[in-house]
Amino acid sequence: MSLGPHLLLALMEGTVAAFVLALTALGLTLVFGVMRIVNVAHGEFFMLGAVFAWAFAHLVGNPALGFLVAVIASPIVVGGAALVIDRAILRRFNYQPEATIVATIGLLYIIQQLVLIFYGPDARSVEAPINFRVQLPWFGYSGYKLVVAGIAALLLLATWYGIAKTKLGLVMRATQFDSETAQAFGIPVDRVYAAVFALGAMLAAIAGVLIVPIKQAYYLMGLDPLLLSFIVVIIGGLGSLRGAIIAAFVIGISDGVISVFFSPNLSKILATLLVALVLIFRPEGLFGGKAR
Amino acid sequence: MLRVEGLNCFYGNVQVLRDFALELKGGEVLCLLGRNGAGKTTLLKAIMGLVRARSGRLTLDDAELSALPAHAVPRQGIGYCPQGRRLFSELTVEENLQIGLMARDRGAATLERVLILFPVLRERMRQRAGTLSGGEQQMLATARALCLEPKALLLDEPTEGLMPSAITTILNTVRRLKAEGVATILVEQRVEAALTVADRILFIENGRSCESVAPDVLRDDPRLLHHYVGVGVKRERLGVQRS
Repeated sequence: MSLGPHLLLALMEGTVAAFVLALTALGLTLVFGVMRIVNVAHGEFFMLGAVFAWAFAHLVGNPALGFLVAVIASPIVVGGAALVIDRAILRRFNYQPEATIVATIGLLYIIQQLVLIFYGPDARSVEAPINFRVQLPWFGYSGYKLVVAGIAALLLLATWYGIAKTKLGLVMRATQFDSETAQAFGIPVDRVYAAVFALGAMLAAIAGVLIVPIKQAYYLMGLDPLLLSFIVVIIGGLGSLRGAIIAAFVIGISDGVISVFFSPNLSKILATLLVALVLIFRPEGLFGGKAR
Repeated sequence: MLRVEGLNCFYGNVQVLRDFALELKGGEVLCLLGRNGAGKTTLLKAIMGLVRARSGRLTLDDAELSALPAHAVPRQGIGYCPQGRRLFSELTVEENLQIGLMARDRGAATLERVLILFPVLRERMRQRAGTLSGGEQQMLATARALCLEPKALLLDEPTEGLMPSAITTILNTVRRLKAEGVATILVEQRVEAALTVADRILFIENGRSCESVAPDVLRDDPRLLHHYVGVGVKRERLGVQRS
């Protein structure tokens, strides 16, 4: 394959990865933005999404139907788990930033070990719901990956619409800017927190469901998306939705291209270097506002 | 209507309000005067449930406010205009008002009535609240509180840092609401401004509610002011802004 098609393939791979990364990072930045919580266990919601997707697909049997069930039921189960975690752990720590970091580190290991006990150490694959290849002049491309990008794009749009245009989104933004004043205007802040935490977890879980036919469901698979999400969220600006999405595309696509032409390690090195540069020269992130 | 009895509030181990008591009828404007740190802002926050009372009773008509979670208090009909305005400065004017309306499920009719009081805001609906001038911001903060159609209104230093014309607008609004039967607690540093709208002045010292007097009494005898508000206030300086 000559350079042109090679680059095109790298760009396509990078774009699909970027869409999935954008979903995951959006969940992380949303939780941080509204609740001021750094959720170290965010990648585990991604992993849980994938593992439950395997479970549902396995239960149903038929790949297309199984995937459909998984893409709906898996985020709901994970969102429910997030609600329980909010109630049982985060609220008890009164959402203090330091305490919740330590708590979510613990949570990361608890979730991993639970999955290891009940699901096992194997990486299991799920069959893609559709099985067509898009034939380009130079190479064929997995149709499912295009579906992943499409679903992710729809979800990103839906999340943006929900936050910018609906009453629920307005309530969330008000809580984000000033939770005390929000309470003084009848906004039940603890219920908003619970909803945002569940929503963040569900976004990661959907990303996990989408990725599982491409990669595999494995109990340690949450670490990579966690690291990448943090890179994206720091570059984009903690709490900035627009920043997270733009940074996800910068990191995702450059990761795809550099991985194909050089090595995946180099792309991680460059991404981490970029984080360091951002932290030195623009600590609030490229699109972050000043600290409130 | 609004009644505070034996209220004790703490920040950690520090007691900020001690057996605080006050009573307010509909259409009455009560001005709270006291030194910085006397507990004025804390009292308003305690009424809103933002600072929890360790003991005491807070009631509005028949509703027991002290039993409610903070977000349920405004729904009983209390509009709060916090110190420093605390607008949602990155949201638009319209969104700020929308949040006020949502608190008690009020709609377009209420918004219309509020905008008649503050016509300037009508031209600024799509503008970010943080970009308004100081006077406009205060109008927005007041308008947002009025979007609840409150029975009681709590205003914490609403004239702080405003030009005289904006102060007049705010004070006129207080008079107008008084005529409509809204009970108002006004925390104010500008004593003279306060005297022109208040029915009663309540002094607060070290978290205790002290003497309550009519504005006339204070005009004739500034010694009370001297005692409760500070040595810097002399009769001829009434109305000059202190910082």
